[in-house]
Amino acid sequence: MSEYEVVIGLEIHAELLTKSKIFCGCTTEFGGEPNSHCCPICLGLPGALPVLNEKAVEYAIKAGLALNCQIPGYSKFDRKNYFYPDLPKAYQISQFDLPVCVQGRVDYELEEMQQSTGITRVHMEEEAGKSVHSGDNILGSDFSLMDYNRTGIPLIEIVTEPDLRSAAEAKAFLEQLKSILQYIKVSDCKMEEGSLRCDANVSLRLKGTKEFGTKVEIKNLNSFRAVERVLEYEIRRQRQVYEQGGSIVQETRTWDDSRMITVSMRSKEESHDYRYFPEPDLVPLEIDLNWVRSLKEGLPELPLAKKHRLMEQYDLSSMDADQLTTDQEMASYFERTVASYTNGKVVSNWLTGDFSRLLNTSGLEISKVKVTPQQLAELLRLIDEGIISGKQGKDVLTEMFCSGTAPEQIIKDKGFEQISDSKALEQISADIIAANPQIVQRYQDGEDRLLGFFVGQVMKETKGKANPGLVNALLREKLKATDS
Amino acid sequence: MINKNEVKRVANLARLRLSEEETTQYQQDLNQILQAADKLKLVDTEGIEPTAHAIPLRNVLRLDMTSESLGIDQVLKNGPEITKGYFRVPRIMEE
Repeated sequence: MSEYEVVIGLEIHAELLTKSKIFCGCTTEFGGEPNSHCCPICLGLPGALPVLNEKAVEYAIKAGLALNCQIPGYSKFDRKNYFYPDLPKAYQISQFDLPVCVQGRVDYELEEMQQSTGITRVHMEEEAGKSVHSGDNILGSDFSLMDYNRTGIPLIEIVTEPDLRSAAEAKAFLEQLKSILQYIKVSDCKMEEGSLRCDANVSLRLKGTKEFGTKVEIKNLNSFRAVERVLEYEIRRQRQVYEQGGSIVQETRTWDDSRMITVSMRSKEESHDYRYFPEPDLVPLEIDLNWVRSLKEGLPELPLAKKHRLMEQYDLSSMDADQLTTDQEMASYFERTVASYTNGKVVSNWLTGDFSRLLNTSGLEISKVKVTPQQLAELLRLIDEGIISGKQGKDVLTEMFCSGTAPEQIIKDKGFEQISDSKALEQISADIIAANPQIVQRYQDGEDRLLGFFVGQVMKETKGKANPGLVNALLREKLKATDS
Repeated sequence: MINKNEVKRVANLARLRLSEEETTQYQQDLNQILQAADKLKLVDTEGIEPTAHAIPLRNVLRLDMTSESLGIDQVLKNGPEITKGYFRVPRIMEE
């Protein structure tokens, strides 16, 4: 059987976090009553004239810089003409031959391997409206309802080179890209709200050949899980077609979630003749390269660099460092915690473990968490000092998470305090040893694991409050003593 | 010179339904316009930078500030079919 090589290129749309739309003052806020964030400009009413939002330009250039792009000194906008119900002007203001950013690269890791994917270009354009379909999906709908609130929100479209060789690579790349855009705060990249969307071009070719196979465009990969699953499906489908001697038709397909397959989308009015021409209502951009330089200098440490630094500085595993740095808020929380408690590995364990579990179950964003990094550091110190056990620490953290109360206060209020009074523990241990002479005998005959039995009994007696280290040491000592 | 099929294609892209007579008429009109535009080719553009705009302005930008939107009633006023505050449009895709 012939071996095929997978070739994937992605087109990613990200909404920029400006307050107002790209060419008018309507708010970009998510939601709102349908058609309440619209004006003559974003609706394309006759005579309305667009004026470019300078923040949108800044964010697009910052994105380009973070993706290692070149920023040409001259850029312009073009009209892309097509009819579609979500596009009230019947043209989209976009960029054709002179985008704001070109020739970049994203570095990322997949299973510890360094990967790099080329970025062809990043251009600016306006968002289209949102359709609500009468049926379950666009194909089965007799009519659709249009909400133009989203129309005119600034977008960047990021186009990759056809460098990706598997669905897993595409997913890893996309996760890195999302992380970068969030770090530089130009997009919130919420796939579930549609502020980050991905289309893919997929083709197969015989291994070793240079020419690309016929590509299929897949629309609306609207979650990370979908990206991997849909691409895997499409790769399988194309492979099957080739293996059965068929050929691939160049087309656009969409994922049908209920049937778990991609299906061909045939637009009623399909035409890819967009008749681009320079947008006469906007003048060109001459980009000040000193400004670009200052934007570049202002970029924060990006996720991959941060990951490697944290691994180095705190001796973290690649997996833990990934978990800490994917979300910039988490990375910052980590760094603020280690500022007051220097053992980064311990902080990492708590953040990637119990803290993340609490985040997930509560559905909270880190910025909304009541526990401050200083409080977490304090909790870890209390555990180190033996005031509470690690196990109690988990309960205290849960309590801190719910109430935002300082750990010392919780320990006091809830009687979490660990018994580290060796006098008290000595008495309890002695009683237990006295009550179990046979087990003592077996332990002394060499059944070391029975130590656990005694520890367990002491814990039971103290309702788990005994300092386990101390109990261990005490019991060892006492059991030895009765030996003589 | 553009032929009738090209006129029909352009009309279709612009969603215009033309009669046979209109097609003939537009073919003549368009050819006249193209001939007029052809005259631009006679201009010597040696050494002149290409431009995307005729006026010498650059970087006309606005601050990122929100302003009042139009209001839902005004927005929906011209819509031929309105359902629950949305513009209602016919089927988009063919199965």
